[in-house]
Amino acid sequence: MTALAFLKIAVFFLLVLAVTKPLGLYMRRVFSGEKTFLDPVLGPLERLVYRLGGVDAKKEQDWKAYAASLIVFSVLGVLGVYAVERLQALLPLNPDRLPAVPPALAWNTAISFVTNTNWQAYVGEATMSHLTQMAALALHNFLSAATGIAIAVAVIRGISRAESKTLGNFWVDLTRSTLWVLLPLSLVAAIVLLSQGVVQSFSASAMITTLDGATQTIPLGPVASQEAIKMLGTNGGGFFNANSAHPYENPTPATNLLEMLLIFAIPAGLTYTLGSMTGKLRHGWAVFGAMSLLFLAGAGVTAWAETRGNPIHHAAGVDAAAGNMEGKEVRFGPGDTALFATVTTAASCGAVNGMHDSFTPLGGLVPLVNIQLGEVIFGGVGAGLYGVFVFVVLSVFIAGLMVGRTPEYLGKKIEGAEVKLAMLSVLVLTFCILVGTAAAVTTKDGLSSLANAGPHGLSEALYAFTSAAGNNGSAFAGLNANTNFYNVLLGLSMFFGRFLMIVPILGMAGSLAAKKRQAESAGTFPVDGPLFTLLLSGVILVVGALTFFPVLSLGPVVEHLLMAAGRAF
Amino acid sequence: MKDHVLVSIRLLVVFTLLLGIAYPAGVWAVGRVAFPAAASGSFVSRDGKVVGSALIGQGAASPGLFRTRPSAAGGGYDATASGGSNLGPTSKALADRVVAEAAKARTENPGATAPVPADAVTASGSGLDPHVSPGFALWQVPRVAKESGLPAADLEAMVSRRTERRFLGLFGEPRINVLLLNLDVLARRGASRPPSP
Repeated sequence: MTALAFLKIAVFFLLVLAVTKPLGLYMRRVFSGEKTFLDPVLGPLERLVYRLGGVDAKKEQDWKAYAASLIVFSVLGVLGVYAVERLQALLPLNPDRLPAVPPALAWNTAISFVTNTNWQAYVGEATMSHLTQMAALALHNFLSAATGIAIAVAVIRGISRAESKTLGNFWVDLTRSTLWVLLPLSLVAAIVLLSQGVVQSFSASAMITTLDGATQTIPLGPVASQEAIKMLGTNGGGFFNANSAHPYENPTPATNLLEMLLIFAIPAGLTYTLGSMTGKLRHGWAVFGAMSLLFLAGAGVTAWAETRGNPIHHAAGVDAAAGNMEGKEVRFGPGDTALFATVTTAASCGAVNGMHDSFTPLGGLVPLVNIQLGEVIFGGVGAGLYGVFVFVVLSVFIAGLMVGRTPEYLGKKIEGAEVKLAMLSVLVLTFCILVGTAAAVTTKDGLSSLANAGPHGLSEALYAFTSAAGNNGSAFAGLNANTNFYNVLLGLSMFFGRFLMIVPILGMAGSLAAKKRQAESAGTFPVDGPLFTLLLSGVILVVGALTFFPVLSLGPVVEHLLMAAGRAF
Repeated sequence: MKDHVLVSIRLLVVFTLLLGIAYPAGVWAVGRVAFPAAASGSFVSRDGKVVGSALIGQGAASPGLFRTRPSAAGGGYDATASGGSNLGPTSKALADRVVAEAAKARTENPGATAPVPADAVTASGSGLDPHVSPGFALWQVPRVAKESGLPAADLEAMVSRRTERRFLGLFGEPRINVLLLNLDVLARRGASRPPSP
């Protein structure tokens, strides 16, 4: 079983590798304004969007204007989602007559979807009307993903341009990501999902009488359209409470494979876009290599832990060969569920096809660590690339310190300002996670929401703040997050985790764009090849380990030892 | 700043219409035309009456039928409250449930000899898992044979016919859709016995 799970990881990885170059090349064309085969259809639509939006597509923005557009757009987006949630009872497409979403939950959810987190403190099928799902939540699945891609493209321009004041135009990058990348791919994916049984319906719940004579109410909705962009945009917010474990969201092993590929497609492709737009293809592949190393290591550990199962249950006479099946679907089993969990947390997706809370301690450790490393293992759409950019800058800086030269990155001097901004974005994440978790485990409001006792309880709170600050959205879902304490604190973590990352990163990009390009010399530290790949993965791991090792050893590590000893709480 | 606000509002409206309304409506139209049964919920009927969805598991406690897995969705297979138990690996509550379900499964299936299948004692992530493993289905055959009066060999053949394989021989796990299997069993029982008046 474990060997088969490793084979699944390998084949999946090859599929990701196969889409990286074509998609990356396509995105370069889209964002450099080159011709693509979709222009005849999308060109007129693009011009219409600019006319209706009042966008001057020719005007470029400096980093401050770019950031301001982005933040204003996001804040107004939050208000829009909040309004739709609060008013849904009065709006159309609410066949099950769901009432307005309560204020704290509506605020949390609005931030959650606009920040690409998709943390969900509610049961989708019993809380959100069809209109809220499609016109508020799925809408921001597109827009938050397009925003992420826009930032990544602005960062790439910052690296590739020299002595330039501007980074591009946010409205144009937003529109082109949406029209050329997200919408066509979502449409194709949605149709494949439909063919496999993912529902797309505007009807009220179906009431049926089962073979046993019981009544079963089956909620329906516009799921396929949302499922496609939920994965492709690394959003992760399920239509249903059970997310991609729900058979209407993810009915077959084939849809499961497609959904995992959709999560990684754009983040992997963007590494090629980075190489292509900076003229250093080998640098793009070196970054891809570092991400791949960390991904394969994590996927291997999770698959091993989950297929091995839980000795406490085996002692009760349960067949050990099937692995840990609590919280998992038979159609996926431990192998495909472990792989999905690694993918969804490496990228900042957060969709789940099994319940992470019920994973073995080490199986649950990997998703936690993936998010805590900053979601730079491919990462969220755009977010992964601009996140890894921070670590690239730190790696170049550390290499520069070791050889005693002013560090350079692709011909740009890395100076105090860039390193400070890079550290700021690392510290924001750390601060939100550790201080938030500390607040949760030392207050009554925080502790009363925990569903599990012992070290697993700490892991639940830690996972919540990790997921929120990292804009992931998956959960150790036993935690009752729909309380004022968690709705407010996690809402703030999501907001800071997104925008206090984005602003320093755009600042770095603006500062790099303004610099002169230095000629490469023999003393320049090369940012391609295996040495750089190893250095980059090392820096990512060391920063994460130094920050989170203490809390991880009190949570999942201790729990692993206790499970092996047969202790339960 | 005024400019940022104005463009934001106008673009939010444009994108709401395009991505929030037109896109899902378009996908819906494709579903209606190309995959009407799948897109509307994969419902299955018996004697002209809808008895469930092939994708949504349902509790099955009737004698002479195959059982589904334990479910943590609401009171069990409640499709309005999908979800798992979220009990952790060192949870006492989970360990106790596993022991209790294992004991119950053994009492119900005295003819079964193999160790208790893992999916017989664990709740799925969705709480609506429509499948069981081939191991769990075969494990139930002696009981179903006794209760239904059908020969065990016939039931084993039905299980094997309903077994869905891995995708590309690699992804996913072999599985049996319990509702479809139970419909096969009922059809066979209906054919071998005169319908009750």
